[in-house]
Amino acid sequence: MNWDLLFQLLINGVIVGLLYGVVAMCFVLIYKSTQVVNFAQGEFLLLGAWVCLYFLVEYELPFWIGFLLTMGFMAVFGIVVQMLILRPLIGEPIISIIMVTIGFSSFMQSLMSWIFGNSAVSYPKIFEVEVVNIGGLNVETAYLMSIAMSVAIMIIFFLFFRYSRFGLAMRATAYNQQIAQSLGISIKHVFMMAWAISAVVSAVAGIIIGMVSAVSTALSFIGIKVFPAVIVGGMDSIVGGVVGGVIIGVLENLAEFVDGQYLHIGNMYQIAPFYILIVILMIKPYGLFGTPDIERV
Amino acid sequence: MAQAAQKTNTDYILSVNNIEVVYSEVILVLRGLSLNVQRGKITALLGANGAGKSTTLKAISGLLNTEDGEVSRGSINFEGQNIAGTSPDKVVRKGVFQVMEGRGIVQDMTLLENLKLGAFTRKNFNMNEEIEKVFHFFPRLKERSITGGAAGYLSGGEQQMLAIGRALMAKPKLILMDEPSMGLSPLLVKEVFGIIKRMNDELGISILLVEQNATMALNAADFGYIMENGKIVLDGTAEELKNNEDVKEFYLGGGGDERKSFKNIKSFKRRKRWL
Repeated sequence: MNWDLLFQLLINGVIVGLLYGVVAMCFVLIYKSTQVVNFAQGEFLLLGAWVCLYFLVEYELPFWIGFLLTMGFMAVFGIVVQMLILRPLIGEPIISIIMVTIGFSSFMQSLMSWIFGNSAVSYPKIFEVEVVNIGGLNVETAYLMSIAMSVAIMIIFFLFFRYSRFGLAMRATAYNQQIAQSLGISIKHVFMMAWAISAVVSAVAGIIIGMVSAVSTALSFIGIKVFPAVIVGGMDSIVGGVVGGVIIGVLENLAEFVDGQYLHIGNMYQIAPFYILIVILMIKPYGLFGTPDIERV
Repeated sequence: MAQAAQKTNTDYILSVNNIEVVYSEVILVLRGLSLNVQRGKITALLGANGAGKSTTLKAISGLLNTEDGEVSRGSINFEGQNIAGTSPDKVVRKGVFQVMEGRGIVQDMTLLENLKLGAFTRKNFNMNEEIEKVFHFFPRLKERSITGGAAGYLSGGEQQMLAIGRALMAKPKLILMDEPSMGLSPLLVKEVFGIIKRMNDELGISILLVEQNATMALNAADFGYIMENGKIVLDGTAEELKNNEDVKEFYLGGGGDERKSFKNIKSFKRRKRWL
């Protein structure tokens, strides 16, 4: 048995899984606060990656400035999408809304292929040192940054929803919109904020993935990969999204290991998460962390 | 005109003038309802099920907009400004806070988080001080806040207290209270009404109280209205209403000079419907 490879793949799984977790959080955030299943989440991520790359390559801006500009762009983008596309759909059946987000995802995909092209492009070199040595292990700086950013985003999410005024307002809106309004919370603002945050954070994930590998149309596939993660964790649980993301990431890489070493079927990596999805749905239809309603007895 | 506005300002914090409310553009629920709430006083709005009491409160707080209803005629003046049709979050910012029927607390958040939410619209204040002020009225909540579980696990009475306490956090000028006695035991109803009275005395908050429990409401209130079929049919000070024969008959249980058999009561009621 190839222990080194297994270890390597497990670490990979955790790194990728954390990123899935981040995107899953964005997905859950929108679903929870606005009851929209956003099939275009992967395109948000890809758009962020492309826009940041564009700033860095075309305008040769320093990384942090390009990064911040991208964040600003994505926030505005999220708000505009919410206002133009989803606000008119408030109160429509969920299936119509799903159709619209699927359509929007195709639209964005084509638009981005048209503007940015189809070939994969790598980010310019951002870190001086490409590899750091931690306790005898050589670790790529990009991977370290990936972990650090993912964890940082998760901590910020946690603090935001636990302590901040707007975080509490968003949770109240997710619980019951009428109650939230009776407290003086503007639902319109909450919806806009949910989409803005979701777009910005997805973009961060996109940029990280772009830096670790490269930016290409294939990145939007993560939007689909995130589904098993979200469903495993429970559609309405942000913690569940993170746990689901890590589980999917690790299992994906384990599947790769088993396949590469023993089975030689090929492409297990791609489909394993969906098998897991089916099994989990059979055992726990509401996901691992899907919260039941509180009933006092 | 200016003088008239001045007068409304001093006498009434809220005056609802001849409003009509329509749901889904066809169902007429309120037909020309008018009422006034005196500043710093408790005003009770009584009536049977379906009379339109909750709708009246929602028309004032703007929550009607969230239920496909609208004020199609008339005006609602709060401190001299017409607030009819204003969105609920703006109404809260003006100082009107509705404690919703069925308590309306966020069940999966903790007690303290619920209280903090109450102060959502406020700026520049000390959160801990404000929470202490609420605990001053509701010592029970203070005990329960220590454990920090989800508010959904609180008892019905505690949830009602939390809902009222959360209203205090917003520091409103006028609280609209929708059936605070709903689903509570008689002892708890007494406790809750005692607290409402104290809030009114100590903080000077004006209160518009909607109730089915007419006895409790008239004991706590200064002034009362009775509504039926979307209209006010009777008004007067709480004392007047308590001593009114018809009110006694319909809402307070008993009344009338001689004992009546069931048969008599029935025919009497039919004859004496207000509308």
